[in-house]
Amino acid sequence: MQDIKQFVESGQIARFPGGIHPPERKQPASEQPLRRVPYANELILPLRQHIGLSGQCTVREGDHVLKGQPLTDAALHQGLPLHAPTSGTVKAIEQRPMSHASGLPEQAIVITPDGHDQWRERQPLPDYQQRDKAELLDIIQAAGVAGLGGAGFPTSQKLAQQKPVSYLIINGVECEPYICADDRLMREHARDIVLGMRILAYITGADKTLLAIEDNKPEAIASMQQAISEYTDIELRVVPTKYPSGGEKQLIQLLTGHEVPSKQLPIEMGVIMQNVGTAYAVKEAIIDDKPLIERVVTLTGQCIEQPGNVWAPLGTPVDALLEFAGFKPEHQQRVIMGGPMMGFTLPITAVPVIKTTNCILVPSTQELPPPGDEMACIRCGACAEVCPASLQPQQLQWLAKAKDYPALEDNNLFDCIECGACAFVCPSEIPLVHYYRQAKSQIRNQAREQAKAELAKQRFEARQARLEREKEERLERHRKAAEARKQMQQQQTQHAPEQESNNDGKSSAVAAAIARAKAKKAAQEGSNAAAEQPTGSQPEEKSKKSAAVAAAIERAKAKKAAQQAASEPEAGADSSAGSEASDEATAQPRPAQDKSAAVAAAIARAKKKKQARDQEDKQ
Amino acid sequence: MSFVVGLIAIGALALIFGLILGFAAIKFKVESDPIVDQIDEILPQTQCGQCGYPGCRPYAEAIANGDEINKCPPGGETTIKKLADLMGVEAKPLDAAHGEESVKKVAIIREDECIGCTKCIQACPVDAILGAAKQMHTVIEHECTGCDLCVEPCPVDCIDMVEVEAKPETWQWNLDSVKQNIHKADTIPVKLVE
Repeated sequence: MQDIKQFVESGQIARFPGGIHPPERKQPASEQPLRRVPYANELILPLRQHIGLSGQCTVREGDHVLKGQPLTDAALHQGLPLHAPTSGTVKAIEQRPMSHASGLPEQAIVITPDGHDQWRERQPLPDYQQRDKAELLDIIQAAGVAGLGGAGFPTSQKLAQQKPVSYLIINGVECEPYICADDRLMREHARDIVLGMRILAYITGADKTLLAIEDNKPEAIASMQQAISEYTDIELRVVPTKYPSGGEKQLIQLLTGHEVPSKQLPIEMGVIMQNVGTAYAVKEAIIDDKPLIERVVTLTGQCIEQPGNVWAPLGTPVDALLEFAGFKPEHQQRVIMGGPMMGFTLPITAVPVIKTTNCILVPSTQELPPPGDEMACIRCGACAEVCPASLQPQQLQWLAKAKDYPALEDNNLFDCIECGACAFVCPSEIPLVHYYRQAKSQIRNQAREQAKAELAKQRFEARQARLEREKEERLERHRKAAEARKQMQQQQTQHAPEQESNNDGKSSAVAAAIARAKAKKAAQEGSNAAAEQPTGSQPEEKSKKSAAVAAAIERAKAKKAAQQAASEPEAGADSSAGSEASDEATAQPRPAQDKSAAVAAAIARAKKKKQARDQEDKQ
Repeated sequence: MSFVVGLIAIGALALIFGLILGFAAIKFKVESDPIVDQIDEILPQTQCGQCGYPGCRPYAEAIANGDEINKCPPGGETTIKKLADLMGVEAKPLDAAHGEESVKKVAIIREDECIGCTKCIQACPVDAILGAAKQMHTVIEHECTGCDLCVEPCPVDCIDMVEVEAKPETWQWNLDSVKQNIHKADTIPVKLVE
């Protein structure tokens, strides 16, 4: 901790291992002023725009929404709410393709703008210093602010960590080729960014704010320098151009001279990092009460006539952005979301801009030729030299191909930031990052499946225990019932002699015994005579039974007759009442018919199945 | 004399060690065979019975007693590999007699055809089917292990086994499986040429 302080106070810039110097290609997009994209015909807002859960939808199809009105509800640590980018109606809440390499659909809210761009009621808060930090955090959360630099981690969650912070680092490095959204924002909105930095410093309680910018952005440096000149606790650090200096852990190493330990967060070192775009969004959220409903997106590549940076409302389809910038597609045109190193090719262009979209790159095949065929690894070690996380990319590649997941974890696969430096330098054109991404998702899936298996096991065991318990209970019940029966019998046999003894006493008992003996003898004879004639008692029972059956049939008939009688007069009355009522009367039996038909169909299916099975068995 | 001393010494030692062993046997008593637990951990817990045993734990016990390790189709190759590592035997290909490894599936009841016979509920090893007699039944999807056991008892064949749909968070970065105009050339990073 003391070392870090010393290093930072000395104003030095350290180095991180590896890194590459790809062509920058920030011009011409970085030279054009920010433009505003008109609202598209429909704005698509996927419920989940960042890491973590999606919020609960609070609007319904057909609802009219105002600009800035929250569309989803999300509690702290449970994702972020979404807001309407402009006023309009909710056209649909349905599955739409995601801004993701898979192009898989996810639930999204589709809004048709009404053209009025009417704001909801706003409560600007210029005096943020008078407010409690927790209150400010709630506002940032409610405004849906996510980290605009990379993965879109909810800003309020990052800030809510209850740990002492000595340095707040504002990341304006933007090291990936082509992308210049932060550059443009710093040139045009330096004052607002600095205000956002002040708010962030106030919330985190940081001793000092460090603003880092790469030395290839002299205009941005000049404009930020001017904006921070009045604050003594903000220091500007110009870092040399190298990819990936803008990575969170790499930049921390540059500025503090210390590496963030594996599987630890920067906060453990007393450092917290936010992107310049996020600082701007925080200022908008608190001072202007404007939630995160738009962001700067770089539109660049040789297949665009007017490259530049635009304020794109969230939910604007990429199609609309490309049309706005003058898109001239070539054969098998690639459209990349993000930069050329860490982005992904879009399977379809009907996907929307989301909170993490910083660049749409539409390259021609001359500027970004498709890679050649993958060749065998020659163990040249070039990838290991450029890896900013000091990993062994070639080793990881082999392990990933062998699907040796435990070994991959031992080789710290999860420290890989997927920067693509290894694949960039690979002479065999091996898409290394692709293999790592696959391996990572498979490891995550395995962990998920393991958890599911554990749950299934618990449920299976619980069921087994339940069945066991039920069986025991059943046996117990039977035993009790048997006991009760026995007792009853005993009581009866006790009562019967008592009653008889009142009348005749012993003689009756003797008579009973004789009768029993006779009956026994008769039964024996009967069975000996091969049941020529039924014994006396049997026909009696039979006749009793048949009588009971007859009675039951009689009852059923009577019931049916009663039902018919009940429905007939009704029908009669209805026919006189008019045609409407008779419709009702005919409608009444229909459900019954339907039901019986369904039952018949089910029976037919069951029979068919049985037949099929029998046939199979025969075969 | 020395003979007696030796006898006493050995006797005393025997007593002491006997006490220690006796104490250890009570103190460190193992409830069940730990190897069975370890095998059970590895098995996928679908409880499907395709191995011929009524559930994953019985199969784990059978493996511990020397049964083959390649009888679990839901676990497939990865499970066999892990079992081979644990048991110190050679990994074998899956025994086709017990079924083939397939994609993960989940049972879905066509609810309008269900007659409410409760047969599937009784068959489900993990209680993932909800319903009552003469009432419609339904599958709790995230609890279903895709074991297939409910399909056979259904008298009206209204249970389908459908593939589990890929979600963005479970997607395996299989660019070939994306049906639109993505091709292999689209892996990122793309080469930047000066």
